[in-house]
Amino acid sequence: MSQAPNHADRSERFLLDEERTTWHDETLWFIRQKRDRAVYATPEFQELRELASQIKDHTLSRLAEYLEQFEARALANGVHVHWAADAEEHNRIVLDIVRQARATRVVKSKSMLTEECHLNPHLLAHGVEVIDSDLGERIIQLRDEAPSHVVLPAIHLKKEDVGETFWQHLGTEKGLTDPQQLTEAARQHLRAKFLAAEVAISGVNFAVAETGSVVVCTNEGNADLAIGLARVHIACMGMEKLVPRLSDLAVFTRLLTRSATGQPITTYTSHFTRPLPGRELHVVIVDNGRSQQLGRPDFRASLKCIRCGACMNTCPVYRRSGGHSYDFTIPGPIGAILSPNIDMRKHASLPFASTLCGSCTDVCPVKIDIHTQLYKWRQVLGAAGEIPASKKWSMKLLSRVLARPGLFAAGGSFARFGLRFVPHALSHAPGYNPWAIARELPAPPQQSFRAWYAQQRPNQA
Amino acid sequence: MKVALFVPCYVDQFYPQVAIASLQLLAKLGVAAAFPKQQTCCGQPMANSGCEQDAKPVYHHFVDTFRDYDYVVGPAGSCVYHVRQHFDIIDQTPAVQHVRTATVELFDFITQVLGITELPGAYPHRVGLHLSCHGQRGLHQANESEMTPVRDGRLRRLLAGLEGLALTELDRNDECCGFGGTFCVSEAAISARMGQDRLADHVRNGTRVLTGGDMSCLMHLEGLVRRRQLPMRVLHAAEIFNGALA
Repeated sequence: MSQAPNHADRSERFLLDEERTTWHDETLWFIRQKRDRAVYATPEFQELRELASQIKDHTLSRLAEYLEQFEARALANGVHVHWAADAEEHNRIVLDIVRQARATRVVKSKSMLTEECHLNPHLLAHGVEVIDSDLGERIIQLRDEAPSHVVLPAIHLKKEDVGETFWQHLGTEKGLTDPQQLTEAARQHLRAKFLAAEVAISGVNFAVAETGSVVVCTNEGNADLAIGLARVHIACMGMEKLVPRLSDLAVFTRLLTRSATGQPITTYTSHFTRPLPGRELHVVIVDNGRSQQLGRPDFRASLKCIRCGACMNTCPVYRRSGGHSYDFTIPGPIGAILSPNIDMRKHASLPFASTLCGSCTDVCPVKIDIHTQLYKWRQVLGAAGEIPASKKWSMKLLSRVLARPGLFAAGGSFARFGLRFVPHALSHAPGYNPWAIARELPAPPQQSFRAWYAQQRPNQA
Repeated sequence: MKVALFVPCYVDQFYPQVAIASLQLLAKLGVAAAFPKQQTCCGQPMANSGCEQDAKPVYHHFVDTFRDYDYVVGPAGSCVYHVRQHFDIIDQTPAVQHVRTATVELFDFITQVLGITELPGAYPHRVGLHLSCHGQRGLHQANESEMTPVRDGRLRRLLAGLEGLALTELDRNDECCGFGGTFCVSEAAISARMGQDRLADHVRNGTRVLTGGDMSCLMHLEGLVRRRQLPMRVLHAAEIFNGALA
């Protein structure tokens, strides 16, 4: 009972605000519908998915080769390439580059990897100012919150919440909720930060092995502005971000935003191949558990993810529990199959935060079998003893009953008999029967089907 | 053709009328299905809880029960899907392989095996069809909104063929109801909310009889309907067709 809160506990809290849950669900469903319209309008969409899936499978099967190819090309282009085994090493490398540049002001564009590595607190603790420049990211940074979605980091917030945050931190008028005015306030505030920044940090959507370039996709142009102004650009990438050839990239740029938001392509798709004269370009390639996941045959395909967020937008659980209920950098169905690789015990409830409806698998642009992996993680967690003891023992008991028809028939009659005579308040007591918190139990029939059948056919065995 | 009726554990105990309707419907279509009485369950409750290893004796029991039949027909897409998909962790003996492919959902059996694409009869009601995810996405019984805007499916066609029946057009045609097996108790709050949202869609669009091919989703939805006293009957599609067919 005194266990750490799990996904169910956190979603129960989220669901207390019924109206907000409705709003959250409908907002994300709206995006799912935009995605649908973009998909329906692209007749070759399923072929593109298959192609993308095969390219990623192929790349993962020769990841070491492609990483070495990428490094060689990038070095030849005058790029500094760094390798980080884990989050700590990544943070150390980034801080070293910032220090060598004698910089104290950093502007960062959207990067789930630096969230995963908790780079911001590390830089701040060492006296470096780091400003998230993506609007959603900046909002949650001001609020000291984690992103609740990979594409829409502040999707859990309403414009009223943003107005409140900007009033507190940016000095806007109290009660301001007009999105345009709020955005303008953020632009003015960020403009000063862009101009002052000495180092720009960006994520990487794709890295092309044959050219040694990294590709950053944004809608706001914030990455481009920051990189264009700062003397040093640090691009932080997970080691699974590679595609072999530039021509392969075209498949993914067509899939990424159609899946994410229903747009044909991001507003900015920027290729960074070599530094400008007098400038520096660093690429930090991060493992942080990815090699381990690559070594798990059942879960390897999770590394094909291109972080479009479509599985979140479609997930009926995510839409009603919010990204923070997952308590992991990457929320939603994909987060639920990535997180146990990092910390099985801490994230043990996530693979169970699903009805296994399979919609995530069907929207995934790179065809990750997400719901199959959720099912498989459950088995891994069960075997490792990371499921609640009550569940474990009741399932063992159930198995004994269900392998013995006599016991099953007797147990069934006993339960139905009990349900007919136990008072409603007892059979539906929420403390003992979570089914009955919101639902009635089935009305127990007089006899089971097997009893009826035996009466109809008294002569049959 | 030797056909066995597979009656999922909760249907046997709580919804005998659904198994009776399935048996009678098959009889009216010329199929005398047997009910091997040693049958219990497909093992899905354990497996979905992460206890697949504990389910193995149940899998073996299922195979032993049904190995001598040409078809094993069940009125529950999810259980059928489980047998076909997840009995891969036991030795794939010829009997196991046979039972996995011979286990078929009731309306798949009627439309795909018997080749019957229209059932006669009248049912003059406003009917809402709940698509079970395992039936739809697992057994490919219906189109998916993730792929196409065209709403089509085998059960939908059968229902639309009944005289006087008006199908509800939902805002969200194939959103999950939130049952999810043990999910409905381990994530009780979300599960209930998903079901309530699904029902609100039906109420908003005029459903008076809620039906489907999977009694597990319907058990959950019926529990919510009864708690909220919504003006809606919940029936398995086998009950509708059996009643409509003289």
